[in-house]
Amino acid sequence: MTYGYAGSILVVDLSKDKITEMSIDEEILRIYLGGRGLGAYVLLKELGASWENIDPLGPENLLLVLTGPLVGYYPGIKVVITGKSPQSNGVIGSTLSSEIGLELRSAGYDGIVVKGRSKDPVYIYVENDSVEIRSAEKYWGMTGRKLYETLSRELLNEAIRKSKGSAVRETPMIYIGPAGENLVRTASVMSKWFHAAGYGGYGAVMGSKNLKAIAVRGKGPLPRVYDPVKVRTLTRLIQKELSSKFSLRYWGTGHGGYSVGYRFSSEPIRNWQEEWHDNREISIVNFERRIWKRRFWGDFGCPVTCMKVSVVKKCGSVYVTDAPDYELQAYMGTNLGIFKAEDIAYLSAIVDDFGLCGIQTGNLLGFVAELYEKGILTEEDLGFSVRWGDTEAFKRLIEMIVRREGIGDILAEGTFRAALRISSMKSMNVLDYAVQVKGIAVGAHGVRSGLDYQQFSYAASVQGGDHTSAPSEPFDRGEVFATFADSAVICLFTVSKKYMWDFTRAVTGFEITQESWTKYSARAILSIQRVLLLLGGPDIYWDPRVHDDIPKRFYEPLPSGPKKGEAASRDTVRKTLIEYYKFLGWDELGLPTDETLEALGLRKLLEPLVKKIRKRLES
Amino acid sequence: MVKWIFVDYERCSGCRICEIECSYVHEGKVWREVSRIRILEYIPGVVVPIVCFQCSERYCLKSCPQDAIYLDSDEITHVNSEKCTGCGVCVSACPAHIPIMHPEKNYALICDLCGGEPACVRICLDLGYNALRVVETDDINRNLYLRDVLDVAEELREALYGNSGEKS
Repeated sequence: MTYGYAGSILVVDLSKDKITEMSIDEEILRIYLGGRGLGAYVLLKELGASWENIDPLGPENLLLVLTGPLVGYYPGIKVVITGKSPQSNGVIGSTLSSEIGLELRSAGYDGIVVKGRSKDPVYIYVENDSVEIRSAEKYWGMTGRKLYETLSRELLNEAIRKSKGSAVRETPMIYIGPAGENLVRTASVMSKWFHAAGYGGYGAVMGSKNLKAIAVRGKGPLPRVYDPVKVRTLTRLIQKELSSKFSLRYWGTGHGGYSVGYRFSSEPIRNWQEEWHDNREISIVNFERRIWKRRFWGDFGCPVTCMKVSVVKKCGSVYVTDAPDYELQAYMGTNLGIFKAEDIAYLSAIVDDFGLCGIQTGNLLGFVAELYEKGILTEEDLGFSVRWGDTEAFKRLIEMIVRREGIGDILAEGTFRAALRISSMKSMNVLDYAVQVKGIAVGAHGVRSGLDYQQFSYAASVQGGDHTSAPSEPFDRGEVFATFADSAVICLFTVSKKYMWDFTRAVTGFEITQESWTKYSARAILSIQRVLLLLGGPDIYWDPRVHDDIPKRFYEPLPSGPKKGEAASRDTVRKTLIEYYKFLGWDELGLPTDETLEALGLRKLLEPLVKKIRKRLES
Repeated sequence: MVKWIFVDYERCSGCRICEIECSYVHEGKVWREVSRIRILEYIPGVVVPIVCFQCSERYCLKSCPQDAIYLDSDEITHVNSEKCTGCGVCVSACPAHIPIMHPEKNYALICDLCGGEPACVRICLDLGYNALRVVETDDINRNLYLRDVLDVAEELREALYGNSGEKS
């Protein structure tokens, strides 16, 4: 038996109504651990040969919900949602906070692979060996909040009934809202109303499978670990270290709404036309005094509790969301010219409820508002005016996107694809206004000021604009480290640089160090992700000579603030990117060299695919 | 004087580290299902810790057909796992339905205050959340906390989200 693992992955085929299990060799776990790494490997094995032909929203795509060996033990809890992404057409390891990670492992599984497509809406219910595909007909169409009023309550009643009436814990679930059902490419997989796996668009993948939710109850203990005493000791040390973090604990990332703009000049304002502001309306103080109803809110095992619960009332209705965190303060706020705490929480609550990614959607809305400002999209196109700061107009657009009404049908394709459609509709190139990389909207961290993300970060990432997987110098940090966090599956906000490698060894017994991870595992994972990203298809293909770049906007000088005049430089981006590729054992196109493939033991699996990409790039 | 665990509902973050501690102390494993203290959060953000209040009525003890539940010299509840048949009568007898069945062995689990110094309380204080604390008093008001957790959840929900909290 392998330490730290349940030893089995559940395979649910929704087309055939069939439930099986698969196991993963220890040699593979040693390299890829779980989560993002294992997901990339499984996708390569299962779909690699025909990757370009697989429609991410077709039944042949897989939806993977994966834990890692640290889930449940290491403080904080995450699961990874992955598959072929309908945004990048590659693989995104999209992380989500949910207790189903722990419940899955307690039920005896390290993850779930969902295949095929159900004829009718269903949800998957797992309770140890009992796995059921249940009808979700009556839940289809429900927003997140409605789903918790119905399904969550019904699952609780079932759990109470099955335990002789005891007051038991809830049954954790992950689910999609109407956005995922309507195959909106910016749809998230959601949990607990406001937690989202946003990057990647896996809400739409779930929707394409007619899968509304996955609920899990695990009745057993977590899988046993290699050195239980050490795990226990380290857990204590990490808990203590994390519980003393001031700003994350008291403010969450929500303090960034003011400070990232004011201090770092790297906050998206009006579709990134500016990145600096001194608008104290968006200060953390206004959030905490006016709308926070719960200051410390955490998921399983988390001593940081960066989440807060916010409540705003508008027109007699109650809107509920989390902090909002920095990303949503920026993307449901400053990027739309909105600085008022209540309005930001209101829009955040709406996207959460519909199951949309707040980052991708805010990026898209800012893009639309700029096109309106420039006179490219008109009231005739949109049905109404979309001006900066007009919260109600953005709300209407969000509703149109979710329902795919009017222009919403085009916008539901996400910033990149919408830009392509609008370009052909208007016979002009609007891609220059799309602040995205390889189909993924960039996170709310700019690169121009030199005080936040690095210029080449988004250009080189295998997850495009994903700010949680951004390469940075020194190269063993940034994306290389993110592959570890996302594969061991720990939260980036509970990372303990001091103890986590010891912790990983104590759980798994694997001789794993930061050096071995950087040299071997990270390179293997990134190489697989890179090759599948460049294979792309069937609707979009990336050319590294064109698309390994940052959005054009970042080459325009910052118009305001202490960093006024600063811009990214093409030479710097290019030069750092090539150094990074070299560090990973890739050539100048970002393709793993033969020697790299050999060293990583990936020659057999990846060489034919690399050849295919080279051939396409040559033609 | 009786020792019991006071729950400050508003301070609980829902981190469930108390569950980890409880299952570790009692079973040597991280095992939610056997934790004597549990967090219920079927509505996100509405967090309800569930744990025995060592009430003075001792409904569980009085109802047990096997005499498997007893008080020690400090008046702390214990379940005699040899005698317990897992019939579940104590669960129905408790107004808050706090006893829970062991998922693998056929007996009930009730908080025994770890013999006087509960691990759940220690960690909650240690990490600065202070949602749980041990109090030593004969105050009969502790009996009033024995209510159906779903009712408690609904009240906490109303306090947090207002009475139209279910509408969006």
